[in-house]
Amino acid sequence: MDLSSYLLVGAVLFVAGVVCMATKRNGIGVLMGVELVLNGANINFVAFANYTKLGLDGQVISLFVIVMAAAEAAVALAIALSFYNNHLTIDVDQANQLQG
Amino acid sequence: MNPASTFGIVQPAFSREGACSLCATQGPTRNLNDMMPLIAANSLGEYVLESLLYWKLPGNESIAFTIAALIHVVLILTFFGVAPLIFIWLERKVAGRIQDRLGPTRVGGRFGWLQTLADGVKLIQKEDLCPADADRMLFRMSPYLVFVASFGAFIALPFGNGFVVQNLEVGLFFMLALMSLEVLGVVFAGYSSGSKWALFGGMREAAQVVSYEIPMAICALVPVIATGSLNLVEVGHFQAGGFWNWLIFQNPFTFVAFFVYFTVATASVKRAPFDLAEAESELVAGFHTEYSGIRWSYFFMAEYASMFAVSGIAVFLFLGGWYDGVGIIESLDRFVSVNGCGWLGQYSVNVIGLAIFIAKGTSLVFFQMWVRWTLPRLRIDQVMMTCLKYLLPISCVLFLGATVWPLFLYSLPMTAKQTDVRPPMGNRVYNPKPAAVKPSEKSHSTSHPAPSAVIIKEGSGKEA
Amino acid sequence: MTGHQFLFWVFAAVTCGGAIAVVLTQNVVRMAFWLIVSLGASAGLFFLLNADFVGTAQLLVYVGGTLVLLVFGVMLTASGPFSKMQTRPGELFLAGIVAFLLLGLLGSSVCSVDWDRVVASTNAGQPITTHHALNQGYNRPEEGNTGHPLGMAFLGMRPDRDLAPGTKTLSTGYLLPFEIASVHLLVVLIGAAYLARAKRRIHPNES
Repeated sequence: MDLSSYLLVGAVLFVAGVVCMATKRNGIGVLMGVELVLNGANINFVAFANYTKLGLDGQVISLFVIVMAAAEAAVALAIALSFYNNHLTIDVDQANQLQG
Repeated sequence: MNPASTFGIVQPAFSREGACSLCATQGPTRNLNDMMPLIAANSLGEYVLESLLYWKLPGNESIAFTIAALIHVVLILTFFGVAPLIFIWLERKVAGRIQDRLGPTRVGGRFGWLQTLADGVKLIQKEDLCPADADRMLFRMSPYLVFVASFGAFIALPFGNGFVVQNLEVGLFFMLALMSLEVLGVVFAGYSSGSKWALFGGMREAAQVVSYEIPMAICALVPVIATGSLNLVEVGHFQAGGFWNWLIFQNPFTFVAFFVYFTVATASVKRAPFDLAEAESELVAGFHTEYSGIRWSYFFMAEYASMFAVSGIAVFLFLGGWYDGVGIIESLDRFVSVNGCGWLGQYSVNVIGLAIFIAKGTSLVFFQMWVRWTLPRLRIDQVMMTCLKYLLPISCVLFLGATVWPLFLYSLPMTAKQTDVRPPMGNRVYNPKPAAVKPSEKSHSTSHPAPSAVIIKEGSGKEA
Repeated sequence: MTGHQFLFWVFAAVTCGGAIAVVLTQNVVRMAFWLIVSLGASAGLFFLLNADFVGTAQLLVYVGGTLVLLVFGVMLTASGPFSKMQTRPGELFLAGIVAFLLLGLLGSSVCSVDWDRVVASTNAGQPITTHHALNQGYNRPEEGNTGHPLGMAFLGMRPDRDLAPGTKTLSTGYLLPFEIASVHLLVVLIGAAYLARAKRRIHPNES
């Protein structure tokens, strides 16, 4: 397999994640879109690490991405739970209190 | 500046001296080059390929490796199916004896040893129910998720010296990762059943397993610090020699870590006294309340297989892997390598090692059953408190202590040369070309207890 | 078709199919299930790309940790069983068009680059070298045994670069980012616990 097939898989994950973020109204659904985007980026990093001379750096970066994604999910979930405690829903369209 | 000299920092100086002074008196000689062909799926694939070429059969690399993979799958699936069969029978007998009963006695003759098979046949015949309120797709998928997660962990579990499907360098990490996926199936089963009992069971399972994963991973790292390798085969080789070489006796921290690990592992495969996810007295049957027939039995197959998997990890990390502890395997190994019995001789020794490993693992599983039928079940808040307030800090202290222990030991001038502390595996370097090794270094390395007879000493300044 | 190609197509199909199913499913629990399928299969892609450690970390941290957290969140916030929040068909249609345009853009840009030439022309780094300092264990680093080199890189040492022939300068590793990540995780731990702490909801008739 060559590099471009892996990059295409990464592109599909990225696009799916972007659409997921844009269309889902459930807050946790939006979070899942973010995870997909990050994972698409990860596939690109690891593919470049394997096929180019960049070597280990791609794998290091993808490990950082995985760790940061876990942290981001924890905080976003805490926010979602907090929002649910106050509004009894996690429909992101309901979060319009600051709208002018 | 010579870049190679930077490696002096990486390789602790003490362990090298310790290696040279100690290994002359200890452990058999083992040549990694002789051992290599018996290791990992790739080698079986290469063996199949060679045989295909030898017998002039049509075939290329892909076909050979596919055949090798199929052989491994069949072997592991067989083990995965047969082990729960025996363990469930054993559990009934153990429970019966502990409760002063007989347990199964009739099916299959004397000890009722075919009872599980009869139950299995019954379960296959039963109707595969799906409740009306259930989320049908998730309800049907989640047993498979549990099954696949538990089954996948066996990919990296060695059953003996080199008897491993895929000899991953991160084998231990891989096993822990795959077994952590099991919780997802349980949570989905609980959620999709459309039943409050099942939902409670699933929620409890999620909270419990996510908490217990952390001390489990940390405790598994304590012996890894002593050996310097995540590869379970290498960790096994590290424990060659007498039972005092087993990692549980390596230092006080690994000794405590074994018991903490075993407690946490019991909890993470949701066995009593931590079986809150399926607490029969409160939640009917917890997450599998709504399941019946063959899907229900998948959960149990996965549970018993995971019991063996965590016990196998414990055997490799603490209890000497496939070594018997009195040196029989080592003498056989030496006999085989001296007399040149070829791959069949080495293979037979490995089969004995396999039997020893399975015996050790089974006795740990037996111990888990013993605990289950002896201790009462904890409450959910007690379970969480045990983990987060006690086991987690204890495991962190053990981790820290295991890191500092060698430094402490070698700071004492009395013990530096005499204490039986072996160097971590990280110092052992496998060099595929033995001819490149200087003779002076080879004399040291042949008396090493390690798998590799060929060692290159890094950063000692000699090469630089 | 070699084994690598076959496995690539299997894992790629499951990854992409899972991702698309995440977008198309309206039930949030099923979305979580498809996300698990997609991320698990992409861990398989990492194994194919000779990144054993990254693939395992993906399974342990992402699938076994983060997604359990997500499912937990789904269960805590679901208003009814199997809650659905429908996307309007018009929105979905629009999003589909945008998605195809974006995918076409990315795909065409990937395909228009001659990667062999680009790879040959970059000399930013060295491949993970076969120096024996990194050759520990039974497999070679190029075959996925990257745990040891990765650990060294996180400790701030790059033997895969520094020990390559013809290297004049020493490279820096990732010690500082590693420390920053660990402090960041601690901050996140405290912050998430603070944000999600149990607040007593004040009922109007009580106060």
